[in-house]
Amino acid sequence: MSAASEAPGGAAPQPAASTARIIKLAVMAVGGQGGGVLSDWITALAEGNGWRAQSTSVPGVAQRTGATVYYVEMVPDEGRQPVFSLMPTPGDVDVVIAAELMEAGRAIQRGFVTADRTTLIASTHRALALIEKAEPGDGIRPVAPVLDIARRSAARLVAADMERLARSHGSMISASLFGALAGTGVLPFTPEQFQETIRSGGRGVEASIRAFDAGRLAVDLNPEVPAPDGAAAAAAPAASPAGPQGPPGLRQRYAALTARIAGFPAPAQAMLSAGLQKVVDFQDLDYGTEYLDRVAAILDLDKRIDGGSRSFLLTVDAAKYIANAMAYDDVVRVADLKTRAARFARVRREMDADPAQVLHMTEFMHPRMDEVCGTLPAGLGRWIEARPGLMRRLDGIVNRGRRVRTDGLFWFLVLYTVGGLRRWRRAMLRHKVEQAHLEDWLATVRRVAEQDYDLAVEVLRCRRLVKGYSDTHARGRSKFATVMGALALVEGRPDAADWLRRLRELALKDEGGAALEGGIKTLQSL
Amino acid sequence: MAERSFAKEVQQLRIGAGQEFRGEGILALTKALLQCGVGYVGGYQGAPISHLMDVLADGEEILGELGVHFEASANEAAAGATLAASVHYPIRGAVAWKSTVGTNVASDALANLASGGVTGGALIVVGEDYGEGSSIMQERSHAFAMKSQIWLLDPRPNLESIVKAVEDGFELSEASNTPVMLQMRIRACHVHGRFIAKDNRRPAMTVAEALENPRRDNARVVLPPAAFAHEHEKVEKRWPAAVDFVRERRLNEHFGPQGDAVGGAGRVGIVLQGGMYNGVLRALQLLGLADVYGESQVPLYVLNVTYPLVDDEFLAFCAGKEAVLVVEEGQPNYLEQAFGAMLHNADSPTKLLGKGPFPKAGEYTGLVMLDGIRAFLRDHAAEVLSDQARAPNRTEGAVPAEELAAAVPPRPPGFCTGCPERPIFAAMKLVEQDLGEHHIAGDIGCHLFASLPPFNIGATTMGYGLGPASASAFNVPASKRSISIIGDGGFWHNGLNSSIGGAVFNKSNGVVVVVDNHYSAATGGQDILSSRADNESRSTQHPIADAVRGMGVKWVRQIDRTYDVGRMRQTLTEALTTDEAGPKVIVASSECMLNKQRREKPLRAKAQAEGHRVVQPRFGVDEDVCTGDHACIRLSGCPSLSVKRLDDPLRDDPVAAIDESCVGCGNCGEVADAAVLCPSFYRADIVHNATGFERWLQGLRGRVIGALQRRRDTRRLDFSGQPARAG
Repeated sequence: MSAASEAPGGAAPQPAASTARIIKLAVMAVGGQGGGVLSDWITALAEGNGWRAQSTSVPGVAQRTGATVYYVEMVPDEGRQPVFSLMPTPGDVDVVIAAELMEAGRAIQRGFVTADRTTLIASTHRALALIEKAEPGDGIRPVAPVLDIARRSAARLVAADMERLARSHGSMISASLFGALAGTGVLPFTPEQFQETIRSGGRGVEASIRAFDAGRLAVDLNPEVPAPDGAAAAAAPAASPAGPQGPPGLRQRYAALTARIAGFPAPAQAMLSAGLQKVVDFQDLDYGTEYLDRVAAILDLDKRIDGGSRSFLLTVDAAKYIANAMAYDDVVRVADLKTRAARFARVRREMDADPAQVLHMTEFMHPRMDEVCGTLPAGLGRWIEARPGLMRRLDGIVNRGRRVRTDGLFWFLVLYTVGGLRRWRRAMLRHKVEQAHLEDWLATVRRVAEQDYDLAVEVLRCRRLVKGYSDTHARGRSKFATVMGALALVEGRPDAADWLRRLRELALKDEGGAALEGGIKTLQSL
Repeated sequence: MAERSFAKEVQQLRIGAGQEFRGEGILALTKALLQCGVGYVGGYQGAPISHLMDVLADGEEILGELGVHFEASANEAAAGATLAASVHYPIRGAVAWKSTVGTNVASDALANLASGGVTGGALIVVGEDYGEGSSIMQERSHAFAMKSQIWLLDPRPNLESIVKAVEDGFELSEASNTPVMLQMRIRACHVHGRFIAKDNRRPAMTVAEALENPRRDNARVVLPPAAFAHEHEKVEKRWPAAVDFVRERRLNEHFGPQGDAVGGAGRVGIVLQGGMYNGVLRALQLLGLADVYGESQVPLYVLNVTYPLVDDEFLAFCAGKEAVLVVEEGQPNYLEQAFGAMLHNADSPTKLLGKGPFPKAGEYTGLVMLDGIRAFLRDHAAEVLSDQARAPNRTEGAVPAEELAAAVPPRPPGFCTGCPERPIFAAMKLVEQDLGEHHIAGDIGCHLFASLPPFNIGATTMGYGLGPASASAFNVPASKRSISIIGDGGFWHNGLNSSIGGAVFNKSNGVVVVVDNHYSAATGGQDILSSRADNESRSTQHPIADAVRGMGVKWVRQIDRTYDVGRMRQTLTEALTTDEAGPKVIVASSECMLNKQRREKPLRAKAQAEGHRVVQPRFGVDEDVCTGDHACIRLSGCPSLSVKRLDDPLRDDPVAAIDESCVGCGNCGEVADAAVLCPSFYRADIVHNATGFERWLQGLRGRVIGALQRRRDTRRLDFSGQPARAG
């Protein structure tokens, strides 16, 4: 829709001739992350090489982590001062540089990217917006639709993870994006002129030049193919051929269990491998047998109700959610995970600390009497829980924040010991509670499956609602219970499965459960 | 210490005649003040004029050499009052602030100043915070100019024009004994350009000389009968003098074909605010009616002075024209109304258009400008437009708007990484979980971001330092108390009196939280009275808690580490439940993290490089402990705390993850503890240049811990090398 591109004939002068000579660039950035450096470089590049340029920005409040736009115009210097615009006109922008993927989408939204002329350089990395992060479920916006929109909107799209490129060269994204700009060749300047601009800027020159070169190269490679969303997660999790490490006896028994998996329908095998690994890691090999038995029972049912025609979806989801339900998050598991060698190594890796570096680790624990009771033998735990006065007094002693140093011997030993309690886990109150909850849920699944296959699958998937610790866990449990309670309302309806799925998704929308409540009201009004 | 150092820019203030100045519009303006022999400068920081204040604060040395006094005013009213030095003395003075908010605050002083009039040139630089990037209500400073009869300059947004406007402004002020406002829009303040500098001039009379030779004149004091005389003087002497000056000095400019009744595009004309010039030109360029250098085929009358208007100049422009378009951003459309009256009184046949082709409200963005001018020309001079320019085939974007809206999440601003205000509001949310929702009054400052997700705290914002004052109606017996927020910036801006004093005097029972981050942070981190840093030229380190006690508040709690969420929560709960009468004031203090990092990072790097022991904290999340419910994020919103999908088919929801931008403020761990969220967070303290003892101790611990870990690993299966198992 660019007016400038529609060269009119007749008496009117050529509008295209007027502003087409001006190169217009918009830089879309996330506030506080250096969009200013890039627009300053672009301006300096133009001014240093015989062009006149002007840059503007609207930092304002958006400077604090919001979306910001920097705008540059340039034209060859003919000794007169051109009249530049202080803001982009939709449809009249030659180059849009987006320092984050969704900001590319925002540029398109604002009309800055048009198919007749705009070169769009987009970094494909994500800086998640708050609404994406805050959802109790998965609120991350998928990458693929935005890339697809970008492809359809721009005359030319250059998309690569410029953030990673820059970081891998010890520099900032402004440098790799500047390199990509050079790589596109849309500006009439040589790569050497670009580099000279960086050099005259001063600080961190060498790293910036390396990131610049990487960015420039990325255009040549035209790597407009970031992994589609969840591709990694969807890939079949084949157990590594080597299998787990450990004593040969245990490994042999584990191999026997994995051999059982081969007897399951093919679609369920990958999930069973992952599930088996999770429950054995959580408890022991016997627990793995229990797990396979539970899923096998579901499989029998699945076969009986013609699950084969549905690729045994019930069994696949049972393999997933039974594993999650069996590997519940208790104190023992947390203590075990926190004290593992692999975890110590991971922390060092994430903190970029080499093995010799002195590193302290502080954990933020806040146990309550509920958790302690859950760890006690079931009888004793119940006895205490039945006495609210006692429970309150004990909670007064236990319930407070504890910051503990797991790199120190004392607290390491404490957590190590708690982690070692897993041998007695089966006798613990929490285990009994979880088992009962699990069996109850599976009984529902089996009952529903006889009537409505799809609904039974959805009942399985509601397990996703149970997560978190303490109050968050209690809230998850109560949402789970609310959705299960609504089962009676939907059973028998042709769209029952759809309804249960909708309720589950609503339950994951907000913390308090207002969306879920609304959904149930709607359901009741039907 | 301001957010940015302006050492480089300060050097540009020194350049002499013939040298080229390159930089931002607002800095060019600052240089222009020195070239005009300004005697004193004051003001209050705020976007978009903060850089003017910052560069002057950093440039005290050069100001001293020139005999120029720089005053970091307590607020805009104080800044406005500073111009009193130009009432009796022939000293040029300038003040600056964010408008319209600052002009609101200053209007008492401005009205008094404008009534008595000035001898020395008095320039008020208003940073017009309107349109994209603005953080305030959308109003026009124009109304203030009209009501007090202060002249209003609105120069074309390029550095040369801006610099010339400063020069013209001082002269106009002196020629008409009237203060002059110079309006700078956001983009003009931040536009990067160049101009050829002149030498700086020492003021003709310095304020020191004035102080030593005092003068007074009762005729300038705003008291009857002088006040009555002032009103007549304004319209009978000062106004005509100003109009004459504007006309004779040709402050307003004409572009394009001139003279009567030129055919074609000459039958119409455009009158515009100077600040709109580049936008209008771009639209004309796009319509094929102007070239790159601004040669327009449509006559343009550019108002570099938007108040007062020069009637005969405008009528002469309209003579012979069938229709004239007024390009006037914002509303009400004062210019259009005034021009309409002029045409009516002159029985002119020229048709006047403004709001009509243009929307009544909102910024004149590129598209609005193009559409408005196109619509005007299409209706009144269609033949000058090419067919396509007249009726463009506006292909809608390739992608439907709904598809885009669904794919692109909004990104509102929020607290920075490690912001010390975050834990205050996290604590407040936890208190509300315990004691129910409360009426919470907000204020102006970074803390206003709390009104956005994830906190959603703060019902209203009534002005800078007016948070607690805005809760005064709620000072009644009830089962709940009001909570009000005020920042340290707002506290010193006027909150001490309006909010704290008012609460004490009226025996308010409400709770006041003073968010003290050691700076006026939202405006760029300028020092204020309670700043903790030593400042050579200002007196700092005046604790807010002392001031509050001095005002008569009995219940005062000072919290010196806001990241202590538990303590924050406890203190808030106590304030909301205590039986003690009178206002309950909590001063929650921790340094602005942006400034702290800027200050400490280089020091830390240097210390580390020199081999000193440096501890660098950072937070992490154990991904196998995190269950992905994101409760921590709903109590934080920190940019460094994000979520990531795990490579595990058993997991549906992404887990929390902290990236390397984490500054180790501690909020995550504190919140996880105080809200009893989960044990996923850990803090890693990396010790650089550790002592020999530390290394020995770590070695010892590592050997014992390693042995225990190996012992357990030999008795069970270890899946850490496996996929689908986070190691």
